Amino acid sequence: MEPERYELQEASTYSFPLQRREFLKLAGGGVLVVLLGPSAFAQRTRASQDLPEEVSGWLHIDSQGAVSVFTGKAEVGQNIRTSLAQAVAEELRIPLDSIKMIMADTDRTPYDRGTFGSRTTPYMAPQLRRAAAAAREVLLELAAERWKTETEGLRIEDGAVTDPKSGRKLSLGELTQEKQIDRAISAVGATLTDSSQWKVLGNSHAKVNGREFVTGKHRFTTDLRLPNLHFGKVLRPPAYGARLLTLDDQEARRIEGVRIIRDGDFVGVTAPDPERAEQAANALNVRWETVTHPSDDELFRYLEENSDFDPAQTTPELDQAFNQSRAILETTYTVPYIAHVPLEPRAAVAHWENGRLTVWTGTQRPFGVRSELAGAFGLAETKVRVIVPDTGSGYGGKHTGEAAVEAARLARDSKYPVKLVWTRKEEFTWAYFRPAGVIRVRSGVSREGKLLAWDFQNINSGSAGIESPYLCKARRIEFHRSDSPLRQGSYRALAATANHFARESHLDEIALSVGVDPLDFRLKNLDDERLLAVLRKAAETFDWSNREKKERIGHGIAAGTEKGSYVANCVTVRFEPSTRQLEIEKIVTAYECGAIVNPRHLENQVEGAVLMGLGGALYEAIRFRNGQILNPRLSLYRVPRFSDVPELQTVLINRADLPSAGAGETPIIAIAPALANAIFDATGERCRSLPLRDFHS
Amino acid sequence: MVIRMQLTSIEIALRVNGQEHRVKTNPRRSLLSGLREDLGLIGAKYGCGEGQCGACTVLIDGDAVRSCIRRVEDLKGRDIVTIEGLEKDGQLHPLQQSFLDHDALQCGYCTPGMIMSALALLNKNPRPESDEIIEFMEGNICRCCAYPRILKAILQVADSDFHRTES
Repeated sequence: MEPERYELQEASTYSFPLQRREFLKLAGGGVLVVLLGPSAFAQRTRASQDLPEEVSGWLHIDSQGAVSVFTGKAEVGQNIRTSLAQAVAEELRIPLDSIKMIMADTDRTPYDRGTFGSRTTPYMAPQLRRAAAAAREVLLELAAERWKTETEGLRIEDGAVTDPKSGRKLSLGELTQEKQIDRAISAVGATLTDSSQWKVLGNSHAKVNGREFVTGKHRFTTDLRLPNLHFGKVLRPPAYGARLLTLDDQEARRIEGVRIIRDGDFVGVTAPDPERAEQAANALNVRWETVTHPSDDELFRYLEENSDFDPAQTTPELDQAFNQSRAILETTYTVPYIAHVPLEPRAAVAHWENGRLTVWTGTQRPFGVRSELAGAFGLAETKVRVIVPDTGSGYGGKHTGEAAVEAARLARDSKYPVKLVWTRKEEFTWAYFRPAGVIRVRSGVSREGKLLAWDFQNINSGSAGIESPYLCKARRIEFHRSDSPLRQGSYRALAATANHFARESHLDEIALSVGVDPLDFRLKNLDDERLLAVLRKAAETFDWSNREKKERIGHGIAAGTEKGSYVANCVTVRFEPSTRQLEIEKIVTAYECGAIVNPRHLENQVEGAVLMGLGGALYEAIRFRNGQILNPRLSLYRVPRFSDVPELQTVLINRADLPSAGAGETPIIAIAPALANAIFDATGERCRSLPLRDFHS
Repeated sequence: MVIRMQLTSIEIALRVNGQEHRVKTNPRRSLLSGLREDLGLIGAKYGCGEGQCGACTVLIDGDAVRSCIRRVEDLKGRDIVTIEGLEKDGQLHPLQQSFLDHDALQCGYCTPGMIMSALALLNKNPRPESDEIIEFMEGNICRCCAYPRILKAILQVADSDFHRTES
């Protein structure tokens, strides 16, 4: 099973809509470096999709020396437009601001599975670095040819090749003019600049197009304007599973400029302005047939009953280990559905022209959305273009193309392009959720506090982060699918948050049950040096060993690893029993993801993820009854705000000797258990369900 | 039969970023929609439509206002300032510069609203303490939770004499 997106459909097949020689012709010559993975021309299979070489990038230096980099990755706030430009600047020895990143445009960029799973930094960045390194070699060769000398001894820096011996100098443009060089290189070859020599990578650089954002000039999908743009509105059922019985659109049709589109159960309207579209949708007279649907008060029972999980099952190995255990602990944890709440809701602008469909939309999977569109309209993928403007965040919540398909359907019968912007309520209701789940944990420890038995059963929430880093011979770790009442999908770090909540809470409980300090217990049962390092660093920064046990004050620790990154949190909470008010006083985070690419952006991601994690830990939960979401508004669904930010101490460990891993997800995984453990320390009450809202107003 | 909507468009005089505009618009229209659709000022964003997230914040007579819950019709003759009005002759406003310098954003969707709220605060209280900033900015959501950097960016401008002399 692919844990990334276990609910959704297949990726599209590989395609290169634009042949590279054709591209070079269009681009007017220069130097083009195309990166080809071993799987590029082979038949793509499921297995090959996981090869690091799966994605190809293009790098082009035009005849004026301007550098353009083409990648199918999308910018959704994780700042990869900046980090990937850094990667190219490093290898090509050119200024960062001279690079143009062309991203997430299915006509112009090579196929990419999607921007998820923290894959951009470990996989895409090295590939673009290889392309840049190859381009660097071409430039040196061109200079050597011009000067009739060897490439050895020539230097490339600040966008020019120099010959230190003679003082000769040629700019990139001078080298590439009137050239047509097309080089295909392997994604695995080429020598990359060692991190000890990094000049651009490893340093803080501001968001490359940051000025566009602080001036309000950047055009998100929701901001796009096209000539004769019309606005769409889709009729939503009153509840999940409701079927349309009758539709009377007479009143809506009387509104000037309005078109009604009905196609099966899909009903939508278009109008020359958003208000008229909304008014027309409201004027539709509809009868629906609703069906019964599970509600949140029966959610966890429902998930267990609809899975193949059998609590009676065990193994002889586990039985034996439990028999040898000094203490056995069996606990159950639950996590609810939560929403991503990207501040920019789903939106799309669709335009049909001569049988070809172009859609601008905010998505993490432009090529996946292209497939969705091609499938929905029976088109060849070459007839569909998806363009992703830098997007108002996703957090795993924008893998799908709902708004794109809807806008395209609305636009198809109209001669105008159509913009559709989901309302916040639509985003809360018709997108998908972080899966809810039940996690049953049973463990046994020796007198000395060594883990002997580990039985971890996850029902529905997912398998990411389910493997335990703790040493234990007898273990059974399983994920069980269930029938999810709500549509569910990816969320930042996926199930790693739920699995770490269960594992790290449970470890705290069992450590305390045998009288071992929670930090010592972890140190005693781990051998992963990188995980140990973040734990020690967090504990040292927090001064864990000297923490003072005071009334109403609690301290908690938790740690974890996922997607090649390591995180540990120590927190202090203050609990007021009379009001049951919980205040988080301090969060210490130690984080390690290999060689740091951009320290300031890394800190921003780490702190942002930790703070976002407070929402899921303390108060976020989707409530639903009879197929309706009960809290589909920001006034009813609380997300972290300014006043929720406690004192933060964030320590980034730079392992320059290790490859860089992505950091957009993993820092979210340890904060919930650290808080639950601190709450127990303060109150003596163990909370095994997220959100920990019993402890929060 | 096609009927005109009962809300025939009306002509409204709006003063935005120091410029007078006469717009023919739908009187039911929110100020947010008016700015975006009638004037093409897309800096203010839709985030929730109920004044809960602050992405649509603009200044009206110097106060931070959620433009998604104000009708354009009610704002005749008022002085409206949007994010587009801050940059002068290619020179960023100190708050914009500080947001850039501190990387006080991730996806950037909340950024215009954040800057406009912070501007309203500094206009009234040029030297706010951290807790005053936090209280004032509570209505602005940064879903990426870049709050610590946003706070730093505002504090830096609050600590400087920069913005007081320029306005």
